[in-house]
Amino acid sequence: MIQPETIAAFLAAFPAAVHSEFRGQTRVVVPVGSLIEALTFLKNKRKFDLLVDVTAVDYLNYRDADHRYGLVYLLAAVDTSERITVRTFVDDPTPTVPSVVPLWEGANWMEREVWDMFGIRFEGHPDLRRILLPEEFTAHPLRKDYPLQGRGERHNFPVLHRAEG
Amino acid sequence: MAISVPENVVVSRLDSLASWCRKNSLWPMPFATACCGIELMATGASRHDLARFGAEVFRFSPRQCDLMIVAGRVVMKMLPVLQRIWQQMHEPKWCISMGACASTGGVFDTYSVVQGIDRFIPVDMYVPGCPPRPEQLIQAIIDLQDKVQHEGTITGREFGTRSRQQTKRALVDLPIITLPWGMAPAPQGIREN
Repeated sequence: MIQPETIAAFLAAFPAAVHSEFRGQTRVVVPVGSLIEALTFLKNKRKFDLLVDVTAVDYLNYRDADHRYGLVYLLAAVDTSERITVRTFVDDPTPTVPSVVPLWEGANWMEREVWDMFGIRFEGHPDLRRILLPEEFTAHPLRKDYPLQGRGERHNFPVLHRAEG
Repeated sequence: MAISVPENVVVSRLDSLASWCRKNSLWPMPFATACCGIELMATGASRHDLARFGAEVFRFSPRQCDLMIVAGRVVMKMLPVLQRIWQQMHEPKWCISMGACASTGGVFDTYSVVQGIDRFIPVDMYVPGCPPRPEQLIQAIIDLQDKVQHEGTITGREFGTRSRQQTKRALVDLPIITLPWGMAPAPQGIREN
C-alpha cells in the first residue's frame, strides 16, 4: 500500500504522469522522455530501493492501444513496504528506452531478458546480449507477430544416424 | 564325426553371448530435463529398484554409459548438448525416449521445444506417459534388453543400416494456423514446423 504523500509528491514533480489505482495497487504512466527522471526521483527521494521486475507487453492488435510496447517497472520500498508500478510506452521501428542499470544494478539481467524476448533496446546498458535464447537466434519471440511454432528454429539441427554414431 | 565337448562346456554363438552380457549390464545416462526425471530417479531408487534388471548404475559421464534415457522435454538450446553427449557415448549404445515430451514435444508445441528427439538422434524405445510410471520405464528397459538380445551382434552390425532410422522420421507439415483477429501470418517460404 502506497502512502498518499508519496504519490502526491510524485505527481507534483511529474505533472504529465497519469496516475491510477486498482485494488490498492498504484500505477503511474510516464512519458518515455521522463522515465529516468521519474525512476531516479522514486529511488532517491521516496526510498524505492528495490527494483522488483522489468518486463514488457506487446500491444499489437490490442483494442484501444495507442502504442506497440508497454514497459513495466515494478518498484518496492523495503523500509516502508510501499509498492508502485511505473509504466511507459515505446513504438516501432526501433523501440528504445534508457537503461536503469545505473540506478539498480539488478536491472542488468532483467533488461537483457526484455531485449531478448521483445527486442526493446536499452540505451546505456553495459552488456546488452541475449540471455535466454542462443546467440544465433534472430527473432524476438514474445512479440505478437512472431508465430507460436517459430520460424523453423527448432528444426535447424543436423540429424544423427546410427551409422555415424 | 561329432566333436564331443565336456558336460561343463556350453556352445553358443558369440553374438548371443556378447548381447547377453550387454543386456544385463546397461549403464544409463540420465538426460533428465523435466518431471520425467523425477520418475527416472524413482525408478532408480529403492522402491522400484532398477538394480533388479542390471541397470542401476546411473553415470553422469557419457564415457561410462551405453543407454541414454532422455527424460523430459528438450528445448532447441539443449539439443546440441544432447547430440554432443550422444556422440560422446561409446558404441554399442541405445536410447530410450521417456515420456510424451521427449517423444513428440508433448503439449509444448512452441518455437523453442524440439518436437521429438527422434528427429535428431536415434531412438530405440519410446515410453508413453506424462510422466510415465516407473513400471513403464522398467518395461521399456526390459523390452530393450530383449531387443539387444535378439538383434545384437558383437561387432554392432545391426547399427550399420541408416535406413531403419530414416524411415522412422516421418515429418509432417502442419497447417499454418491463422488466428481470427488478424495476427500476422508467418512469412511464406519458411517451413512452419
